[in-house]
Amino acid sequence: MAWTREQMAAVAAQELNDGFYVNLGIGIPTLVANYVPSGMHIVLHGENGLIGTGPFPLEHEVDADIVNASKQTVTELPLTSYVDSATSFGLVRGGHIDLAILGAMQVSETGDIANWTVPGKTLKGMGGAMDLVAGVKRVVVLMEHTAGDKSKLVKQCTLPLTGRGVVSKVITDLGEFEFLPEGLTLVALAPDVSLNEIRAKTEASFRVDLHGAGHESR
Amino acid sequence: MIALAQREGVFWMGKIYEGAEAALKGVLRDGLTIAVGGFGLCGIPEHGLEAVRQSGVKNLTIVSITGGTDDAGVGVLLQGHQVKKLIASYVGENNVLMDQFTKKELEIEFCPQGTLAERLRAGGFGIPAFYTKTGVGTIVAEGKETRTFDGRDYLMERGIFCDLALVKAWKADEEGNLVYRKAARNLNPVAAVAARLTVAEVEHLVPNGQLDPDLVHTPGLVVQRVFKGLNFKKPIERRTTRTA
Repeated sequence: MAWTREQMAAVAAQELNDGFYVNLGIGIPTLVANYVPSGMHIVLHGENGLIGTGPFPLEHEVDADIVNASKQTVTELPLTSYVDSATSFGLVRGGHIDLAILGAMQVSETGDIANWTVPGKTLKGMGGAMDLVAGVKRVVVLMEHTAGDKSKLVKQCTLPLTGRGVVSKVITDLGEFEFLPEGLTLVALAPDVSLNEIRAKTEASFRVDLHGAGHESR
Repeated sequence: MIALAQREGVFWMGKIYEGAEAALKGVLRDGLTIAVGGFGLCGIPEHGLEAVRQSGVKNLTIVSITGGTDDAGVGVLLQGHQVKKLIASYVGENNVLMDQFTKKELEIEFCPQGTLAERLRAGGFGIPAFYTKTGVGTIVAEGKETRTFDGRDYLMERGIFCDLALVKAWKADEEGNLVYRKAARNLNPVAAVAARLTVAEVEHLVPNGQLDPDLVHTPGLVVQRVFKGLNFKKPIERRTTRTA
């Protein structure tokens, strides 16, 4: 059985390490916040300049000056700091953010990512996506394995790129892939998903190393 | 409300103005390039934008993180077809903008958000161009010089310096020293340094001496005009709450 969105988020939460500063994208990545192991110190970075994002506010706590990068009202924590946009993205570009967990429309077998626009659809802009994939130390993509019957893990992205060769890991509903020096490697399968099924549904070429060191590499 | 400074017998008018219209008097004209602070609708100079709207000046180039919404933020200038070109990173959630963009009435230069902020910071601090890895291998790199440093590719981005910056802060003193509040700081400090003339609107105007000099975010040095905004709307784009 394929992983649910919640299960994908739980798998992605295994990427977290104590003390990490983490940027979570919109969609399934947001759910990862619910799976931070108890006792682990994780600080969420919002690229709009809020470092240390708290939960959504209670009705009476809503403050128009406290929003996250999705423009949702949030709260601050005792450890929170605020910086301006240039500093916030300087922290991203400078490699000071440990991990970004993002959604994507396509990831290529060489680690290219497309997650900002589809030609012919309304053009909205890249926001901070290009800065994040280029700058954050480790980029993990959480996405459905296929869109309709088309593989999202492709040989070459056909959609406009957000970044080239920047993805470290992809977690889909069917399995977990790591970009290793040897190439794209399948390191875990969702329960009851066969190797044949995932091969049939994946356009990208990949190696298989389900019990190897790849799974634990960072 | 606040005593004007006296300098050796010369009556110094100071930086404090009665409101947005007064603060922008003699400044606004067609074709200006204006940096606008704010992220979405958080920390936007709402009174300054309204005054620009009412002035009716046209053919503006606006540098801003987003295009605002249909009726707030930079969106108020789009309603009056006052913007010729928008340099921004994200323009979703605005039908007026999309309509003008589709009809080619509005030119949009998409710029990654961090690159946009850095272009203003650089422009304001005398750096005409810089190299960044953001956007390498994407359409953002098209037509731009690329260089390899230490085995990695970077592309060159230009600094931006504007005619006018509209910024919003929480507090200012008579000198124009600014303190922002929480995530409403965002693009405001870099917009403030990246223009010939910076106009700041604030929620609280205090006498000199009332701000802790160690905690000033933007020095009055780069702020020429300040006014206290009345009845800030502070709109919220995505009001999201939890229940206990």
